[in-house]
Amino acid sequence: MDAPIIELTDVKKSFGPVSVLKGVSLKVYPGKITALVGDNGAGKSTLIKGLAGVQPYDEGEVRFEGQLVALHNPREASRLGIEVVYQDLALCDNLDIVQNMFLGREETEFGTFDEGKMEREASETLRSLSVRTVKSVRQKVASLSGGQRQTVAIARSVLKEAKVVILDEPTAALGVAQTEQVLALINRLAERGVGVLMISHNLVDVFEVADYISVLYLGQMVASVEATKTTSDDVVGYITGSKTYTEAQA
Amino acid sequence: MSVTTTSETPAPETGVTDLIGSGQDGNLRDQAVAYIQRVRNGEMGALPALSGFIVLCVLFTALSPFFLTERNFANLLTQAATLVMLAMALVFVILLGEIDLSAGVTSGVAMSMFVVLSDPGGIAMNWILALIISLLAGVAIGMFIGFFVARVGIPSFVVTLGLFLGFQGLQLIIIGAGGLYRIQQDQILAIQNNNLPDWGGWVMLAVVILVSFSTSMLDRRRRTRAGVSNRTITLLVIRLALIAVIGGVVIALLNQNRGTGFLAVSGVPIVVPITLFILWVGTFVLDRTKFGRAIYAVGGNAEAARRAGIKVVGIKWAAFAVCSTLAVVSGVFSASKVGSVDAAFGRDIVLSGVAAAVVGGVSLFGGRGRLIHAAIGALVIAVITNGLGLLNLPGGVNFLVTGGVLILAATVDAVSRVRAGGSIMRR
Repeated sequence: MDAPIIELTDVKKSFGPVSVLKGVSLKVYPGKITALVGDNGAGKSTLIKGLAGVQPYDEGEVRFEGQLVALHNPREASRLGIEVVYQDLALCDNLDIVQNMFLGREETEFGTFDEGKMEREASETLRSLSVRTVKSVRQKVASLSGGQRQTVAIARSVLKEAKVVILDEPTAALGVAQTEQVLALINRLAERGVGVLMISHNLVDVFEVADYISVLYLGQMVASVEATKTTSDDVVGYITGSKTYTEAQA
Repeated sequence: MSVTTTSETPAPETGVTDLIGSGQDGNLRDQAVAYIQRVRNGEMGALPALSGFIVLCVLFTALSPFFLTERNFANLLTQAATLVMLAMALVFVILLGEIDLSAGVTSGVAMSMFVVLSDPGGIAMNWILALIISLLAGVAIGMFIGFFVARVGIPSFVVTLGLFLGFQGLQLIIIGAGGLYRIQQDQILAIQNNNLPDWGGWVMLAVVILVSFSTSMLDRRRRTRAGVSNRTITLLVIRLALIAVIGGVVIALLNQNRGTGFLAVSGVPIVVPITLFILWVGTFVLDRTKFGRAIYAVGGNAEAARRAGIKVVGIKWAAFAVCSTLAVVSGVFSASKVGSVDAAFGRDIVLSGVAAAVVGGVSLFGGRGRLIHAAIGALVIAVITNGLGLLNLPGGVNFLVTGGVLILAATVDAVSRVRAGGSIMRR
């Protein structure tokens, strides 16, 4: 097995007296999809916010490609190649697809935008992900459907050759057909060698695409298993706390 | 600009014709269809304001024999200049979804400083130095507002309302109660009262066309280099022809003698090229630089902008500084037109400036609108004031009509937002 691209060891995070992450360890492998599941309040969002550099961890080790790294702000995470696609889709409605995909890292020449270059790269990226549903890359994001928005958000992370893409509830609020499209997109993302960490509540989706499943329960990682070696029932048990990993192994 | 930079980008692979469209391909007909589609989807831009402007002009021409005369036309431009400038200033903060109610009194404070400093009977400072100090005062005031809005997190409405009240007092203190300073620098007075020589207007038009042509060609070259489709060149030709024809008519009209006495008065008012230059620079910054794009992004979705690595606080700060500084420029225009500065200078104009921006299609929700929209909106409001004045209607009618137009424009904006897919509540 490949070496993990991200390795968290015993990370902790508290908000005042409330300890949200009580020593969590997690591995994400390149080219593999790791699903992070857990009930509301288990600490999933806090865990990925730490990786994104939005809310740094209080304690613990973060290794990226084997090297110890510090993630204090989104720029540092981005520089390493960690991209997060948030649940509430961090896109600007008033900008078009190209402008959103390049937001904050526009291609410039002599200080002014090279729109042609950006348009081509955006178009090629969407094509490389076999996106067929977008008619024009100059459409305003406001006019896109939920699935198309998710597509743009994911393509945005691919654009700058992200090594790790973290997806927060990528299929929430999507219809059946759109969910299939987005899951296919996530598979293609992994085929490109990207390490994917996907948060989801939907175990059907998780079992459809995930290689590994990690379960958070009240701020602790209670199980990290290969998807093929577990069942939906077991995972539900870990999530609700009615089963423990060791019990299930026995 | 060297051609050798092409070597850095990989040559477009042959056979890759499978790019996603950009709405720029196709012939003139396709472009027209696409444009109509965009308008139907709610991306109307300046279209409502522009049609309103034309309708009002036709209406007033029919109603008053004085409206479409050389003299009134030049008068309209100089009357509108202050409002155009102030509305453009406000665009920078309105795009963020913020507001600056103190823009008018900011220009008042800065111009009060200018007249007091440059007064030949008083401090008698070199007028250029005094002007620079006034503009810097604008920057400082903008930074001050930006600090409270972006750092402390007070709504801009409250901060600038506070300044609106406070600065009236500051102005009173600087000028002295009941005081009035005449503008005594010919150079300042010249902005609104003198004109370019007749040939100057034509040179100005040539420069506008040349700049428009070369930026378009530069864009086209970059797009061609990247291997993406360009809009049909006919569109560019049509646009340049329109600028040439409309600009030509305007300049020909302004070059007519509009003097009433023995002295011939003709030419484009000096304020026009100054305004056009600031409009061009501002539009360039908003459309083509990271700072401009960041303003739109913060106005569209501040959280998305932050996650994309944009320094939201800094952008807000800078936008308020730009707004206040340009507001001072509008104060210079106003002082030049009026010829004096008193303690109430700039007090009443700010809401008209906001109205102008909204009428032009700049959304108060942030993220949508351009400088030219605000300029057109200001022209609409100026035409209403000018035209109704010529009709000898009671003064109250002017305010009623202006208010009505504002509400109409805001309705168009709200409806178009719904059609564009965003809900009204969403910011």
